Amino acid sequence: MDIQIAKVGIVSCSGEEIPEGTLCRLACRKVLDEHPGETVTICLPLFIAGGEEERTFASNYPTITVDGCDKRCAAKATAMLSGKPARTLLVPEILKKHGLAPPDKLRHFGPEEEPAVEAVAQEIAQAVAEVLEED
Amino acid sequence: MAKKSEKVVVLPCSGIGKVYGALARETTYELMEKVRPGLAVTTCLPLLVINDPEAVALVRENPVITIDGCPKDCAKKSVEAVGGNLAKTYQAIKFYKEHKELKPEGIAEVNETGRRLAQVAAAEVAEEIDKLAAGEEA
Repeated sequence: MDIQIAKVGIVSCSGEEIPEGTLCRLACRKVLDEHPGETVTICLPLFIAGGEEERTFASNYPTITVDGCDKRCAAKATAMLSGKPARTLLVPEILKKHGLAPPDKLRHFGPEEEPAVEAVAQEIAQAVAEVLEED
Repeated sequence: MAKKSEKVVVLPCSGIGKVYGALARETTYELMEKVRPGLAVTTCLPLLVINDPEAVALVRENPVITIDGCPKDCAKKSVEAVGGNLAKTYQAIKFYKEHKELKPEGIAEVNETGRRLAQVAAAEVAEEIDKLAAGEEA
């Protein structure tokens, strides 16, 4: 008998131009590292640069998108090029909910940014658990 | 001779799975913040994926240097897909191959050695930026 292990896809904003993009990447990476058996990711630009396997990502995995700003590139690109995301998260909303200020630098995050990274990672991990329960 | 440019766009890999993506970003930030501030600019690569008009205009109207983290070449292909002005392409691993004493580690962000390698890489890329800004071929 085959045993299927469900995994949830996480698509992060890469947001090279904004601090929230770095926050997204660090939070997503944290969840991927802490939940290796339950999560998988893809680089967002692979929806264009990759092949069929990459473009069917959101069909193969229930997917959570994590965006750094209102332009919502991750949610839009996933919906347009791969499939409808199971959950869409937005960093400014998460920070507001947790009463945290947005980061103000693009790189070299440290203890000052750790609460924001932790809060976003917590929300992603919770969404992963919810999606796995539904699946 | 191409026209002079007040901005040169540097677009790094977006990846959060490999060290060379992080090295590409660190190199880009080094250029923007320290080596060529004001001249080296970037935009979010996914903005090209969703065809954001401002981001597309930026890469069409200015010379673009891409620094990719793996052979899938997402940054390069994303610029090509929107008809951007691709002037020079790099694979971030090249910088490590030329400076084996600086082995980068880390995935979302590079370690201290990776930061030093990014400084070396930024100095090399800056020479190309200067050529492009002056209207020369990279």
